[in-house]
Amino acid sequence: MPYLDHASISPITPEVAAAIASAPSEDPTRLHAGARRARQALDAARATCAASIGGRAEEVTFTSGGTEAVVLAVTSAVSAARAARRPLRIVASAIEQRSLLETAASFPDVELISLGVDAHGLVDPAALEAAIGDGAALVAIQVANLEIGTVQPLAELTARRGAWLLADASAAAGWIPLDVSTLGVDLLTVSGSRAGGPAGTGFVWTRSGVRLRPMLRGDDRERGVRAGMPNLPGLVGLAAGLRARIDALPDAEPRMRALTEHLRAQLPTVLDEVIVHGHPQRRVPHIVSFSIPLVEGDALLLGLDARGFAVHSGSACTSSTAEPSHVLAAIGTLTHGAIRVSIGPETTAADLDAFVAALPEVVDAAKARLGRR
Amino acid sequence: MEPIILDCLGLACPMPLVKLNEVISEAEPGARIDVLSDDEGSKVDIPVWCRMRGHEFLERLDRPNGGWIFQVLVSS
Repeated sequence: MPYLDHASISPITPEVAAAIASAPSEDPTRLHAGARRARQALDAARATCAASIGGRAEEVTFTSGGTEAVVLAVTSAVSAARAARRPLRIVASAIEQRSLLETAASFPDVELISLGVDAHGLVDPAALEAAIGDGAALVAIQVANLEIGTVQPLAELTARRGAWLLADASAAAGWIPLDVSTLGVDLLTVSGSRAGGPAGTGFVWTRSGVRLRPMLRGDDRERGVRAGMPNLPGLVGLAAGLRARIDALPDAEPRMRALTEHLRAQLPTVLDEVIVHGHPQRRVPHIVSFSIPLVEGDALLLGLDARGFAVHSGSACTSSTAEPSHVLAAIGTLTHGAIRVSIGPETTAADLDAFVAALPEVVDAAKARLGRR
Repeated sequence: MEPIILDCLGLACPMPLVKLNEVISEAEPGARIDVLSDDEGSKVDIPVWCRMRGHEFLERLDRPNGGWIFQVLVSS
C-alpha cells in the first residue's frame, strides 16, 4: 500500500526504531554513570541535528516538535523587540504554517502584516521591504511550503532593517540540502516527524547573538531556554533519521525530484481538468499538490484510500463552517478538490504509476457522488 | 434583465460552485447570477472560478442573516 503522506509524517524506519530502543533512559543532567551516557547521547544528537543544517551544536534548542519550535521563535522575537524598543510588527508570508500565523496574531499590541505571494506561492523580495516600513520584530518566510512545495528565495531577502528572519524548514529539512550560513537567516525551525524522526521531536536553530526567551520555565535544561525532561529516545531517533536522510540526499533528492516531475506531467494527461500547484522548478522534491475542480477533496481522498493510497487533502469540504486552506486561497486557486501527494525515499515509479492509473476512476466516482456526469 | 437567484445556503463546498456551473451553462451571455451561499470556501472559489472560466465576478455582498451574495456576470 503506497504511503504518499510523508509531508505529514514519515513512517519510522528500522534504523530509527533501533536508535530509539538503544537510547539511555537516565536524566542527562545528573552525575551518575548512566546520566553521563545520557548526556553524551543528547550532545551527539544535538551535534548531528546542527550539522544537518550547517550549524553548530550550541545553536540548537530541542523542542517537542515543529509547532513548539515555531511558537518559541515567534514569542522570543516579540520579547527581543520589546526590550530593544524596535517596532512591534511581524511581517509573515501569507502561506506560513497556522502555528506561526496564529501565534503572531495573538499579541494585542503587535501588528501582523501578511505578505502576499504570487500564483506559484513565491514572495516578492521588493514587497518585503515596503512591508517592513520603519522596522519589525520579525520577518517570517518559510524555506518551503508544506502544502504546495514551493521553495522561497530566502537569500534574496536582504532588506530587513534589524528584524530577525525566521525560516520555518518543516517542509525542507531532510529533503533538500540546507546551510544556515548561506541562507542568511537568524532562526530556523525543524519538525522532527517531517524530517525522518519520530513524532514529539523538533528544534530551533538560532544564530549566535539571537536569544530565545523561555516559555517553559523551571530548570536550566537547554541552556535555560526550555525546561522539562528532554525526549531523549525521540531525539536520538531524530538524529539517526535526519543523518540517514542527509547521507542519502545526493542520490535520493534527484531521484524523488524526477518521480514528482513525472507525476506533475502525467496528471493533465489522465484528467480532463486539473490544476497542479506550486512552482514547477523552485520546489522540494517530495510534494505534488493539485486540485480537481467541482469535486470534493475528501471524496477523492477516501476513494484513493479505498484503493490503498494514503494521501492528504488540502481542502476543507467536510463542513460548511470549515475554513478553506489559507495556502490555496493565497495563491488564488480553488480551495476544494485538492490532493497533496508527498513521497518518501522508498517511493517507486511503479507506486506513482499505479496512483495515476487509479485516479480517473476515483475522480469519476467523486463526480457521481455530487450528481455530475 | 432580472438576475437569476441561485440559493446554495446550507450547502458545503464544492456544491455552490457545482450548481453555479450548471446554471452558467444554461444561462444567456450577459445574464447575472446572484449566488446565495454561506460556505466559507465560496469566498475564494467563486471569484477564482469566474477568472478561470472568463466570467465576470462583480461583487460579494453580506447578507443580513449570514452568508453572502456573490454576483456573477455570464460572459459570451
